[in-house]
Amino acid sequence: MGLSAERKKYLEDLCHQSRRKLIEILYKIQTGHPGGSLSSAEIIATLYFEKMNIDPANPKHESRDRFILGKGHAAPMLYIILAERGFFPKEDLESLRQLGSHLQGHPSADKTPGVELSTGPLGLGLSAGLGMALAAKLDKKDYYTYVLIGDGETQEGIIWETAMSAAKFKADNLIAILDKNGVQLDGTTEEIMPMGDIKGKWELFGWNVITINGHDVEAISDAVDMAKTVKGKPTLIIADTIKGKGVSFMEGKNTWHGKPIGTEDYNQALKELEGIING
Amino acid sequence: MANKKAIRDAYGETLAKIGEENENIVVLDADVASSSKSILFGKKFPDRYFNVGIAEANMVGMAAGFAASGKIPFANTFAAFIMLRAGDPVRSLIAYTKLNVKLAGTYAGLSDSYDGASHHAITDIAFMRSLPNMAVLSVVDAVEAELATRAAAEFVGPVYLRLSRAEVPIIFDKSSYKFEMGKGVQLTEGSDVTIAATGYMVAKSLQAAEQLKTKGIMARVINIHTIKPIDRELLIRCAQETGAVVTAEEHNVLGGLGSAVSEVLAEEYPVPIEFVGIRDTFAESGDYELLLEKYGLSVDNIVNKVNKVMKRKNKQCGLLMK
Repeated sequence: MGLSAERKKYLEDLCHQSRRKLIEILYKIQTGHPGGSLSSAEIIATLYFEKMNIDPANPKHESRDRFILGKGHAAPMLYIILAERGFFPKEDLESLRQLGSHLQGHPSADKTPGVELSTGPLGLGLSAGLGMALAAKLDKKDYYTYVLIGDGETQEGIIWETAMSAAKFKADNLIAILDKNGVQLDGTTEEIMPMGDIKGKWELFGWNVITINGHDVEAISDAVDMAKTVKGKPTLIIADTIKGKGVSFMEGKNTWHGKPIGTEDYNQALKELEGIING
Repeated sequence: MANKKAIRDAYGETLAKIGEENENIVVLDADVASSSKSILFGKKFPDRYFNVGIAEANMVGMAAGFAASGKIPFANTFAAFIMLRAGDPVRSLIAYTKLNVKLAGTYAGLSDSYDGASHHAITDIAFMRSLPNMAVLSVVDAVEAELATRAAAEFVGPVYLRLSRAEVPIIFDKSSYKFEMGKGVQLTEGSDVTIAATGYMVAKSLQAAEQLKTKGIMARVINIHTIKPIDRELLIRCAQETGAVVTAEEHNVLGGLGSAVSEVLAEEYPVPIEFVGIRDTFAESGDYELLLEKYGLSVDNIVNKVNKVMKRKNKQCGLLMK
């Protein structure tokens, strides 16, 4: 358990750089979802750079850990991390959402190296993740399947179908991470569809639940280690996050779910992010 | 009278057999295992069998995950629910990424007759064939059910297997019948008209052809078991050689086999076409054969449509002669 100070600093710097890259790309292409991408930076970065057994040179090797971006609209952050990890050239990032690019608006497993499952319509990723986890058990392989879901996403009925099934089939090699940024497209989750006792609900559905600060790379790393010690049930890591994290005027604002970034906002955002990076 | 056997029994038995031959086959069901007959696999291979309860979307989502990990999943529920309840993962996970999932929709058409229109499936062909990458199979009898199930398992890619609940006559000889995905099968000789049928309507079309023969009309019956990819070459050749086509299916006339045949012939070789199918209406509860009769899926109606299409063909010929 725990991360060395060096690794911690490395991951934190990586997240800052990734946020800056995200703002640059989304400003340039004038489309895409900044809010939910910014909230999931530490989760995706920690998994890909610290926890997961993956080999970018051999992205399909059979015993690799799997990652599914259930909240597919955070694709830009996933792509930035995949490129940084070496799954494809970083220059490709600027082609995001453009004709002919392998980087689709939402993840496409057919097109992008390292993307395990096509996602976008919310709720489906967890279900397919359960299939992958059970396939690992049939094949007696020890890989883990990680699924990052949004809190708004858990309003989808299929999430609870899968929650029930994962407990029934004892999928202890399935680790779901809830990016609990508290904001969805039309408003806060409290306004649109109050989630109530999220931890209690998942525990009642038969899951092991761990709650952490989703912007703390060490906490994310430790939670994954803890999840792996639990046998016989799947784990949900509730990661408390801030939508739009890192850019003050985007933080906690549903309006930045999927809005193009104007020039003034872009300059302000870069100034803030550079402040973090240089400070 | 011909032997009868329920298509779902043949399907379930075949699943259990191929499960023995290929350990990558996994089977999922959504609490209709004794109806779909996937239970026959489940009893034999409990470790590879997943009954997810009444949760069709999750069943198909899980199947996608299995396929993405190298398994060959067969997901089972009623045809009405696999297209509607699980329509999103069918499209967004399976068709989109060409995942190797087999979707078995049982109780297709009006075959779950007494349960009523809520349980009938008369729009599944339209939905499934409009999904890029999805192959669509529809079977006639127990012999074809076995062969189609095997073919679906061997084919790499998403397949929708349309199965009936009904106990129907066995019309194919197991020792000689050849089933090849994408290839229609000509069942009778005839040059006056082509009857392109699928599913149970193939059996009705053969009876219609017998009746027509007594009136001197020689109908060529072809079995289109693969609605997608459809056998363009066979359809074009039959249109050229017979000059008129009737399609017959246990499905809404909008978007089904009739539409698929028309799309090919409109582009390649237009001839008069008539459609036997449900005329864009919901049906109702009742005895299966009586329902088919009431909603126009009868031998008589096939004969009527053949007569009508022949008139149109002859009128066209007459115009050309002038």
